[in-house]
Amino acid sequence: MRHYEVTFIVDPVLSGDEVKATAEHIQKDLKHFGASILHVDEVGLRQLAYPINKRSTGFYYCVEFGTLEADWLAKFELNMKRNERLLRFLTVKLDKYGVKYNDDKRNGRIGSRAKKAVAEAAPAAETAVSAPGVVDLDA
Amino acid sequence: MPASREDVKFLSNPKIGLRNKKYCRFRKFGIKYIDYKDSDFLLQFINEQGKLLPRRITGNSLKYQRRVSTAVKRARHLAILPYVADLMK
Repeated sequence: MRHYEVTFIVDPVLSGDEVKATAEHIQKDLKHFGASILHVDEVGLRQLAYPINKRSTGFYYCVEFGTLEADWLAKFELNMKRNERLLRFLTVKLDKYGVKYNDDKRNGRIGSRAKKAVAEAAPAAETAVSAPGVVDLDA
Repeated sequence: MPASREDVKFLSNPKIGLRNKKYCRFRKFGIKYIDYKDSDFLLQFINEQGKLLPRRITGNSLKYQRRVSTAVKRARHLAILPYVADLMK
């Protein structure tokens, strides 16, 4: 199974419901093409480093998904390009290190604060946390 | 009269001329993936104008310098980092 990650920025002038609807439309598109969505990261409203289309903020979303065949990705990107509500998007293929990094990040094993938390937590609790992570990748 | 140990300490630093051995932090700590969404981490590899720092300054190996470079360029595309800036740090 190939893992990909798509990060897209939704126009901030839309209402909260429309933003959510846009994000869900993208996910529905992915499912329609036959991808299994592993994780959706709603980063939220963020300041852009430079203005895009005269806007200075945007709603960032990051969707990690997996698929067996990837020939539909070109069509998926074309749909995103045609979508007027998206300011930017980027699809990235994740190698095994990227997948592991995302998994660790979600389980809090990255960062100095995370290291302290892991050291304090009992080893049993840590294995319980890591097991669901492994199951996700097998899906 | 030969200079005592304490005198010599103040006259010249015996460590002068030695430099810290530069190493690739990715190789040393076993970091295999560089996240393009992590702007705080990527700030280490760009200067105040937002330009990428050369390998001889950061100490990265070629393999990881190229990965850092693609990560910074992806971050720039997604407006996580600027293309041009001043007083970034």
